[in-house]
Amino acid sequence: MSHPFRRLLAGMAAFALSLALTAAQASEAPMRIAAASDLRFALEEILEIFAVDHPEHPVEVVYGSSGRFRSQIENGAPFDLYFSADIAYPRALEEAGQAASEVIPYAEGRIVLWSDGMDASELTLESLSDERFRRIAIANPRHAPYGARAREALIASGLWEALEPRLVFGENIAHTMQLVQSGAAEVGIIALALARNPAVLERGGYHLIDDALHVPLEQGFIITRHGGDHPTAKLFAEAMQSPEARDIMRAYGFVLPGE
Amino acid sequence: MTYFGISEADWAALQLTLRLALISTALLLVLCLPLAWWLAHTQRRIKVVVEALVALPLVLPPTVIGFYLLILLGPRGAVGGTLERLGASHLAFTFTGLVIGSMIYSLPFVVQPLQNAFQAMGRRPLEVAATLRAGPLDRLVSVVLPLSRQGLLTAAVLSFAHTLGEFGVLLMIGGGIPGQTQVASIAIYSHVEAFDHASAHRLSLFLLLTAFALLVCVYALNKRFRVAGIMP
Repeated sequence: MSHPFRRLLAGMAAFALSLALTAAQASEAPMRIAAASDLRFALEEILEIFAVDHPEHPVEVVYGSSGRFRSQIENGAPFDLYFSADIAYPRALEEAGQAASEVIPYAEGRIVLWSDGMDASELTLESLSDERFRRIAIANPRHAPYGARAREALIASGLWEALEPRLVFGENIAHTMQLVQSGAAEVGIIALALARNPAVLERGGYHLIDDALHVPLEQGFIITRHGGDHPTAKLFAEAMQSPEARDIMRAYGFVLPGE
Repeated sequence: MTYFGISEADWAALQLTLRLALISTALLLVLCLPLAWWLAHTQRRIKVVVEALVALPLVLPPTVIGFYLLILLGPRGAVGGTLERLGASHLAFTFTGLVIGSMIYSLPFVVQPLQNAFQAMGRRPLEVAATLRAGPLDRLVSVVLPLSRQGLLTAAVLSFAHTLGEFGVLLMIGGGIPGQTQVASIAIYSHVEAFDHASAHRLSLFLLLTAFALLVCVYALNKRFRVAGIMP
């Protein structure tokens, strides 16, 4: 075996070993959060602050559909905190004896019209009747909280029946955004918190939908039974109420409880 | 109109699934015959690249295929964009889009059994038929197809069954439009997400029994001739 090759092998072994060691360190029971996809950008910023304040308490987040997380937690999924886009889900878990805390309201979500190809800030719900919008994406109103609010707003504006044949349904609000981002749907109704992300804002504005047109999208979180004795869970629940976290949530367009 | 407690919307989803599976299987069989024949007999170096491409859907997660298809078939993609420029509509959220997705997803399940069958058959029977003055079409119909019927049946069954259970690709490019792109697997997913476990059960059970009946038929046929690949 030639000399440089042996050195390469040794280097690779050292690299693999260091990877394994970091993995072992990280596996010291990090706290695991299940979070609704609308929190994707806001929560990341809050977590950055949390990581600076509490470097000894690692946190992992899984983003997805609030409804699916509810079933998973009911069936024993190892999540310590559950941030739902619909406060009804953590309430149901509390009733089922799956919560180690009260249901804590953390925000109220808003919906917006958004497009990737044009500046949607010049649009209104009424302009959706325009034939140039061949496909309009909303989240599935049967099980996605943001989709349900989008449906309510369209019904309240008297547009639902005319627009229904042109609707396509995303499985959750992030998938809905993806359908619009690909251009396959010209316009969509998504979460304000997603449209407020700087990288997304760069590509055009959004039109805020009047919240009088739909039931408030109250969002809540719980410490799950699994996270009941995890010290980080309580710490993070408190951090979520801190002025810094509230500022970030506000910047992403969430309406905070008591404001 | 509800049978077995399955709602009208769910029947529409089942019907759509069946139509999708039949159409994409039929198209795949026709298109893959020459491809598999070429793969079975070519000596060219490019063969390994083509074989790798054909097998790619086996190892890629369906969401990756779905993601690229959404981009490709949408108005800004190569396929969808060209259609738009020609005055037609792009293919995201359409049944045609689903057929294309299913065909890519099930491609290896059709090509590989056919290629195996053609390789096992070899060139000899064709040469004999040619010396007996059988024309090219006659050779295909009277020699190639009957001799490779095991491979054909395997390919057809695998592609059909695979499309019945397809989910990730269709979820990404479908948009879940009832009656147009909402297939059975997506309807079940939607029932589960909405905590409608009763509907999810009924539809799932129906699919389960259908798949079982399909396989019983295949095993029954298999008593008459062995189906290469999936059976011992």
